[in-house]
Amino acid sequence: MLVNEIINARDLPVMEFDGIIVGGGGAGMRASLQLAESGLNTAVISKVFPTRSHTVSAQGGITCAIQSDDPDDDWRWHMFDTVKGSDYIGDQEAIEYMCSEGPKAVFELEHMGLPFSRTEEGRIYQRPFGGQSKDYGKGGQATRTCAAADRTGHSLLHTLYQANLKAGTNFLNEWFAVDLVLNTDNAVVGVIAFKIETGEIYYIKSKATVLATGGAGRIYASTTNALINSGDGIGMALRAGMPVQDIEMWQFHPTGIHGAGTLVTEGCRGEGGYLLNKDGERFMERYAPNSKDLAGRDVVARSMALEILEGRGCGPNADHIFLRLDHLGPEVVHKRLPGITELSKTFAGVDPAVQPIPVVPTCHYMMGGIPTNINGQVISVDNGKDKIVDGLFAAGEVACVSVHGGNRLGGNSLLDLVVFGRAAGLYIEESMKQGVEMKNASYDDIDKALTRLNKLNASTEGEQVAVLKNKMQQNMQNNFGVFRRGDLMEKGIEELAQTRGEVDSMFLKDKSATFNTARIEALEMQNLFEVAEATAITANERKESRGAHARDDHPERDDENWLKHSIYYSETKEVSKRDVNYRPKTVQAFQPMVRSY
Amino acid sequence: MSAAAIPVEQIKTITMSIYRFDPSLDKKPYMQDLVIAIPTDKDIMVLDALHLAKEQEPSLSYRRSCREGVCGSDGMNINGKNGLACVTPLSEVLKRGKITLRPMPGLPVVRDLIVDMKQFFDQLEKVKPYLITKSDNPDIERIQTPEDREELDGLYECILCGCCSTSCPSFWWNPDKFLGPAALLQSWRFIADTRDEATEERLDDLEDAFSLYRCHGIMNCVSVCPKGLNPTEAISNIRNKLLTREKN
Repeated sequence: MLVNEIINARDLPVMEFDGIIVGGGGAGMRASLQLAESGLNTAVISKVFPTRSHTVSAQGGITCAIQSDDPDDDWRWHMFDTVKGSDYIGDQEAIEYMCSEGPKAVFELEHMGLPFSRTEEGRIYQRPFGGQSKDYGKGGQATRTCAAADRTGHSLLHTLYQANLKAGTNFLNEWFAVDLVLNTDNAVVGVIAFKIETGEIYYIKSKATVLATGGAGRIYASTTNALINSGDGIGMALRAGMPVQDIEMWQFHPTGIHGAGTLVTEGCRGEGGYLLNKDGERFMERYAPNSKDLAGRDVVARSMALEILEGRGCGPNADHIFLRLDHLGPEVVHKRLPGITELSKTFAGVDPAVQPIPVVPTCHYMMGGIPTNINGQVISVDNGKDKIVDGLFAAGEVACVSVHGGNRLGGNSLLDLVVFGRAAGLYIEESMKQGVEMKNASYDDIDKALTRLNKLNASTEGEQVAVLKNKMQQNMQNNFGVFRRGDLMEKGIEELAQTRGEVDSMFLKDKSATFNTARIEALEMQNLFEVAEATAITANERKESRGAHARDDHPERDDENWLKHSIYYSETKEVSKRDVNYRPKTVQAFQPMVRSY
Repeated sequence: MSAAAIPVEQIKTITMSIYRFDPSLDKKPYMQDLVIAIPTDKDIMVLDALHLAKEQEPSLSYRRSCREGVCGSDGMNINGKNGLACVTPLSEVLKRGKITLRPMPGLPVVRDLIVDMKQFFDQLEKVKPYLITKSDNPDIERIQTPEDREELDGLYECILCGCCSTSCPSFWWNPDKFLGPAALLQSWRFIADTRDEATEERLDDLEDAFSLYRCHGIMNCVSVCPKGLNPTEAISNIRNKLLTREKN
């Protein structure tokens, strides 16, 4: 059975696994490692060879209180910083779990062989990152981000791939998952997926399905994200009737290279770099007198955008900011930041040991995602009550557990993905020991999951993918960026509504079954569009400013009405609210305070 | 970037001569010339040019992911030399307004610029590219001095793009027996790691006429590596290790 035919569930071959993981990035491979090591029949379905996943691009490090730089460091301080960073809508039970389990997860990575940089004592090297403090904000800047030079994501991803090879995980590399299969009890019983190289298509049946598909930064025209970050898991979940949570919360990283969008790690500022406007002023001192260039990312990104809007941007078009590193000396720049040196030379034509790097705030990370509990189990919200979705898990950027709330701290994404990839794996392992039955799907259930693909294959006319994608990306960039405004968002929502029909009935001219990237891009575009629409509608509903969501028309945080998660379903396109978890297990909850750096 | 987004006065055209082959449609491969419009006010990468070509010809197939030279997806043969499309500026490879793109040599072509990497990854797996330890893990991390860690610089950065192995004649002739520069670089990465406790068995596995010794030191691997790594040096380090071991 090939992907370019009109496919009938009755003809579809079936593969069976105990657990499948969709996505071969850090979260997916940490989950698969747990399952494979426990002897379960596990498969990773990845649309790219796993080490091509976007985790590879993470640079600065993984934040965790391992007490290397500071023997008195405390995971509770890390928890305090993360809660504050989230602008108080991160779930405290989840943040507590991440920060306290973190050291175990990081040491495991080191035991697997991750080539961390080292201190003179031979321990893991840590560097300061934004939003970090000692003693619950009272003890000054902390130094908590564990690093392998500025290639921590690359090192982490390759190490996890290596560990999975050792554990004997089944890899379905360059396979594309199209949609989830749900049975009539609304249990998830696997996915429809095809082998990209040959076009062979299968129903892949499983007892547990883990979505670990990463982010969707490609909804914006300018992003640090890889071209593959198309929100496939979000698209699948929304189409299957699951909700997304806090999807309006998009992080704009302060330092994307001007023009190219490629990331320059916050570790540059951690090592002592700082931002300058056209007058050579270190302007962050004005916006964040204590933390300066190491304030929360949302704060730094907004300050930079304001400098540019008020005419103090650098360059002939006054449209960027300078990141200065040359004062650190070539030794520090080349040793601690070799990857940045390479990227700056390639994409900005500057050697950061000599000249400043031109940077602008650039879309970087999706704080929202599919709501889960700390075991990675997906939650749907039914009449205001949480309900666990049978058979479905999510971890990493695609999930919203929620440890990042309205704004993620640097170094917390790598920690999130190993801690919760591991947690999902541990939970699945344990429940399989107790006994989980393989559930069946009817032909009707499977046919439903094939609808989208069949429609695309049957298309004889319609709009081209590239045209629709450019239009959506410009819309999101112009109307849902660093600063947001009701009237512009409404205009953006209207434009998306007009495009919806065209996206659902796009034209796929190339019907070949062999490594057809046009088909992949069409399917990805439909996923991106789901994320864009959810973002737009939810952003307009949240009538306050919190974390990364900054509205000119509602400039204040509104704890009375919006100390809440947003919940969005694509079927109704309606937004509702869900309580934030303020019930950590071992410490007192941190109550909302004015957030200043 | 979209072609439509470039103002008319800032456009020039170039010709991209691209290897095309879809086994389900074509009896044999052919070169297709695509004329595309590129901006004149800034340099773009070969990958950006490919995106413009794909807007015109959506059936054109190539791999890509990070577009910043760290994921290793878009290794291809650019004007006769292997490299990553995403970090190769067009200005450096454009000759009289033309550029020629082919798949990396030596591996079976799946479609257009996409090769079947199976042999490459099979060889990688043979070197057991993971840390092997026999002693118990400590409660915290294993201790490693900065100097010992430095031994891994120039090794751990490999992105598995395949540019080196597919430019190596020894790998072309014996892709199933000679491990190739990428796999051998990884082999040395673990031998050189003071935390690894399987040096002897790693060396044993390389003691045959082909796995390692088919390297003739012509250094194509070094000249094409987009990360500036030196597989030839890694290979000679393994040779030295094998030689000194025999003396003992």
